Amino acid sequence: MSDHHHHHDHDHSELSDLELRVRALESLMVEKGYVDPAALDALIDTYETKVGPRNGAQVVAKAWADPAYKQWLLEDATAAIASLSFTGRQGEHMVAVENTDTTHNMVVCTLCSCYPWPVLGLPPTWYKAAPYRARAVMQPRAVLAEFGVSLPDGQEVRVWDSTAEIRYLVLPQQPEESKGLSEAELADWVTRDSMIGVGLAQRPQAEG
Amino acid sequence: MNGAHDLGGMHGFGAIAPDPNEPLFHAEWERRCFALTLAVGFTGQWNIDASRFAREQMPPAEYLSTSYYVHWLHGLEYLLLDRTMATPQEIASGAVELEPKPGARLLKAQDVNKVLLKGGPSERETAEAPRFQPGDRVRTININPATHTRLPRYARGKVGTVALLHGAHVFPDTNSLYQGENPQHLYTIRFDGRDLWGPDAEPDSCTMIDLWNEYLEPA
Repeated sequence: MSDHHHHHDHDHSELSDLELRVRALESLMVEKGYVDPAALDALIDTYETKVGPRNGAQVVAKAWADPAYKQWLLEDATAAIASLSFTGRQGEHMVAVENTDTTHNMVVCTLCSCYPWPVLGLPPTWYKAAPYRARAVMQPRAVLAEFGVSLPDGQEVRVWDSTAEIRYLVLPQQPEESKGLSEAELADWVTRDSMIGVGLAQRPQAEG
Repeated sequence: MNGAHDLGGMHGFGAIAPDPNEPLFHAEWERRCFALTLAVGFTGQWNIDASRFAREQMPPAEYLSTSYYVHWLHGLEYLLLDRTMATPQEIASGAVELEPKPGARLLKAQDVNKVLLKGGPSERETAEAPRFQPGDRVRTININPATHTRLPRYARGKVGTVALLHGAHVFPDTNSLYQGENPQHLYTIRFDGRDLWGPDAEPDSCTMIDLWNEYLEPA
């Protein structure tokens, strides 16, 4: 329960109360005919098994491998991403922002938890929690340092606060040593955090 | 509203603490709460802006001391009551007392994929020309409505530069109150760190914020 670190004392009672409260609500919604229980399972299955950051990694790998696709992505990300069949809820209006030697982009939603679902899936807890939302806009370098990223002096850090329905995907810099690899190989260099802008693309970790 | 959700620039929350092995959901109730929120949202009795406003109305101390899907649960219960889709007794017991609200759409399992892939675009056609162009200097207005707004506190009364134009989008401040979509031009405004945070800004930093026409005036 990484999001309950501060509440060990009442973790158990809170969780069981919540289980009961949600179960009652689900049964009420089904009884009233507002919800098809099989639709709930389909929604969960979509985000647990089908939609996630591997989608975004395909977009980034293609942009690295194909300059024409990269140009399309930077000019019209919604269409370029839709061409790979990643569309819809919480990704209706996409903008891709490119990291370069002079600019590092990172994405936050200070007001809630806006995140590009079709390409990254559902956001991690830290992205939705108070420390990141509070600090990313005022102390981006300090936040990046906590993620192990230190930017050189003079490289601008540009924080995108997702206050509207535009969803931002960071196009991380391609590591030199990955140049020439195939799109499929490149996708393994693209981490979720690099597409939020709190990490860098990196050599794939050995499977453990 | 100036609620606990409007966190940008606050101090005291500590380290970010990412968990590299985090599961997508931490408990079964989170999984069901997530899916219920999406499925009941599909009934069409509210919009995304109203659902954000519902979560924001959690009392601040409660908002800050509970986890993310508790906010969602609070929001869903609030909306069901607000839209007269359920009574407090029903929510407490889970047993039906009130007839279902007529006109509620039902999301069927076989339509889930299609509905998610389609999404709900917020861009609208407009005949109105944009008031600003990239490079224009603008100042955000200073407002403190008790209702929903997407102009964060840290960005009120600040001067920035127009960076991107996004066409006209549904305006959350009215849509959240069911007072109409009021679509208007949406811009990304670039604010230099020093213009937001003064001498406490980090060097070479800026924040890009998506802001609607009504939030902006020429600077």
